[in-house]
Amino acid sequence: MSRLVPFFAFVLLAALLGFGIWWNSAHDPTAVPSPLINKPAPAFVLPKLDDPRQMVSKDSMLGKPYLVNVFASWCFACGEEHPVLMAQSKQLGIPVIGYDYKDEAADAKAWLGQHGNPYDVVITDQSGHTAIDFGVYGAPETFLIDGKGVIRYKRIGPLTPDVIAQQLMPAIATLENAP
Amino acid sequence: MTPELGQLALILALLLALAQSVLPLIGAWRGNNALMAVARPAAAGQAVFVGLAFFILVWAFLHFDFSVQYVADNSNLQLPWYYRIAAVWGAHEGSMLLWVLILNVWTVALALFSKSLPDVFVSRVLAVLGIISVGFLCFILFTSNPFGRLLPMPPDGADLNPILQDPGMTFHPPVLYMGYVGFSVAFAFSIAALLGGSMEQSWVRWARPWTNAAWGFLSCGIVAGSWWAYSELGWGGWWFWDPVENASFMPWLVGVALIHAQAVTEKRGSLRAWTILLSLFAFSLSLLGTFLVRSGILTSVHAFASDPRRGTYILCFLALVVGGSLLLYALRAPKVAGGKAFALISRESAILVGNLMFTVAAAMVLLGTLFPLLGDALDIGKVSVGPPYFGLLFPLLMLPVMLLLPFGPFLRWGKSDTSVLSQVLTRAGIAAAACAVIAAFFVHGQLKSIAGVACAAWVAVGIVLYMAKRWREMPRGRRYPAEMAGMLLAHFGVALFVIGVLLSESLSVTRDVRLSPGQTATVGGYEFRFDGVTQTTGPNWVAEQGVVTVMRNGSLVADMHPQKRTYSHEQVQTTSAVDPGITRDLYVALGEPMDPNHVEGAWALRLYTKPFIRWIWGGGLFMMLGGFVSAADRRFRVKRETEAAQTILTPVRESQA
Repeated sequence: MSRLVPFFAFVLLAALLGFGIWWNSAHDPTAVPSPLINKPAPAFVLPKLDDPRQMVSKDSMLGKPYLVNVFASWCFACGEEHPVLMAQSKQLGIPVIGYDYKDEAADAKAWLGQHGNPYDVVITDQSGHTAIDFGVYGAPETFLIDGKGVIRYKRIGPLTPDVIAQQLMPAIATLENAP
Repeated sequence: MTPELGQLALILALLLALAQSVLPLIGAWRGNNALMAVARPAAAGQAVFVGLAFFILVWAFLHFDFSVQYVADNSNLQLPWYYRIAAVWGAHEGSMLLWVLILNVWTVALALFSKSLPDVFVSRVLAVLGIISVGFLCFILFTSNPFGRLLPMPPDGADLNPILQDPGMTFHPPVLYMGYVGFSVAFAFSIAALLGGSMEQSWVRWARPWTNAAWGFLSCGIVAGSWWAYSELGWGGWWFWDPVENASFMPWLVGVALIHAQAVTEKRGSLRAWTILLSLFAFSLSLLGTFLVRSGILTSVHAFASDPRRGTYILCFLALVVGGSLLLYALRAPKVAGGKAFALISRESAILVGNLMFTVAAAMVLLGTLFPLLGDALDIGKVSVGPPYFGLLFPLLMLPVMLLLPFGPFLRWGKSDTSVLSQVLTRAGIAAAACAVIAAFFVHGQLKSIAGVACAAWVAVGIVLYMAKRWREMPRGRRYPAEMAGMLLAHFGVALFVIGVLLSESLSVTRDVRLSPGQTATVGGYEFRFDGVTQTTGPNWVAEQGVVTVMRNGSLVADMHPQKRTYSHEQVQTTSAVDPGITRDLYVALGEPMDPNHVEGAWALRLYTKPFIRWIWGGGLFMMLGGFVSAADRRFRVKRETEAAQTILTPVRESQA
């Protein structure tokens, strides 16, 4: 009987692989849902880029919805996203916080100076520790946080005009319609 | 017209493979010599037609036949001829054809070099290889035809993925497949032995050189892949625990266990069932690797196109071959625990511990690789385990192996006395401690480095002690037979590998810097001066090429030229500059210009110094060499059937080797 153990182990493995094929054909394997959606955003206290003595925290932002856009001067895709933000950030109707991720302050300032600053306020996370709480695994990423401090939408990768029109704007609209 | 000939050749090859798999099996069953005699000619004929099909595909690439969809998808007019040949296995269809071609190379080699083995046995082995070939030829013909036409014919083709346009691509996949597919021979031997049901163990001796050679190729293929990833991808890493890497690593791990288990079974007759099971595992993991890579079931940096139909096909084939062979094992594996008994302190026990560790390591890698899938299946969301999981568990599992390794050759079969062991323990232990103290002076308290040096010294001194013992005690000419020389080489490779891994992991320095022309950055005691960017062109790319001058203590060390290439279809690929050295590599990757409109200005650069990283691949190459050298041992070249028959009757003489 013990000689059948390898066979049964393989049957289990084959079942798992079969499931994998089925699952992959039924889902988009590249979509990574954030476990944080509809959960309270992690608490954060981070200094402002232009004045490190001033802190911005989750508590100080409570009350109305805002957008957190993770960027960095070293990040190539952020350069692609930047013109889109420059053009549309003011039309979103909510404050946009730039979250400077694992970056030197001087580099970030130079970068914003050169490409323009679409953000209402820029906070810096040089160590990247707070970003771990947010589950950031690369830049750019964007979080929509509502007035109660709950994450309502997340985008991994650059915001494009299509993404803003089809995903972000509707998400903001539902927040504003909600009580 | 020619591509259709290629397809026709594949169909003929399939028919011959069917003949090769069915008729000899019936012949061996009914004792019909005429049917058994079909095996060799059918294998040869199949190889001719598979070779022809492969050649026709190469020809289509060399002559820009863009009317063939596969050629149009993977090459264009600018692609140099050597990458057009490499493009043959640059995507799914062609790489499956390469798989079958290499299976045929092994089959023909086996047909040629098995003249002295019993006909019944060889017919069964060739039939099993034929069955595998049938499966893959059907897969190619029904789901992945490389000869499909594209009409109207486009004037130019797309481009081969720029990552694949590297010398590594011409070399890495064929060698890796030689290893992967080579385990099919050990697999076929085991199945033949199970079918024959004979209790004799001589088949293990016949299988050993094939297993060692296949494992040598696999080692070489993995080393080549690791080196390629290091030099091409610009991450400066040499191993990423990526699913596709793991797919080649699992058969390698089981291969290590198999090589040692085969030695026990051949010489002592013990562990028979275990040896059979390991050879089934090794090839099953090769097939599983093919499945994982080809079905796109796991997303990975290798990101091959996924097609559920292909995944389903390979899964069915996998279920038939692996499920069938494991069922056969359950029914026919030797029931009695045969062979000579062994004591707790014996070479068998040491090998058994090693076997256990390597098998568990393979299972650990399998679990980690499939974990995202398990996460989906158990509905606990997207989870994946990465380097922290593997990086913790793998060294833990290998630690007992390292500790036991110096004793291995000194241990006697059956029962060993402990006096010689304590001698080894003292000497190798003192050497390891001394090396650790010396290392501590140089590396300033980096524990990992000290451990690496100590561990390597422990292993290497153990080997040297054993070499000295053989030198003293054996007459000239019999000191180091090939089988033993191979063992010593491979074990020495382990020492090199360990020192390379631990030193480079702990002492490497990485800096991401932003440099304007003329500025310098210091990394690990080297001054990297950035002298701006020039334009350069290749056969099918234009590149911005950084000029980086490396100085140390005022003297020039290297001129380095990292590139950022733009290929003909606007695909961008960085090509890092590496200045190799025995004690350290310097490594520069060119990032982005700070201002895309001013490439003459500041750039982002990534600078590395990587001490002793070359020793990792050096260790791998020693292991490869060990596999090849021991495969060449004259003892394995059975000359006459009478001799083979004798080994069946009288168990193999006890050998010290």
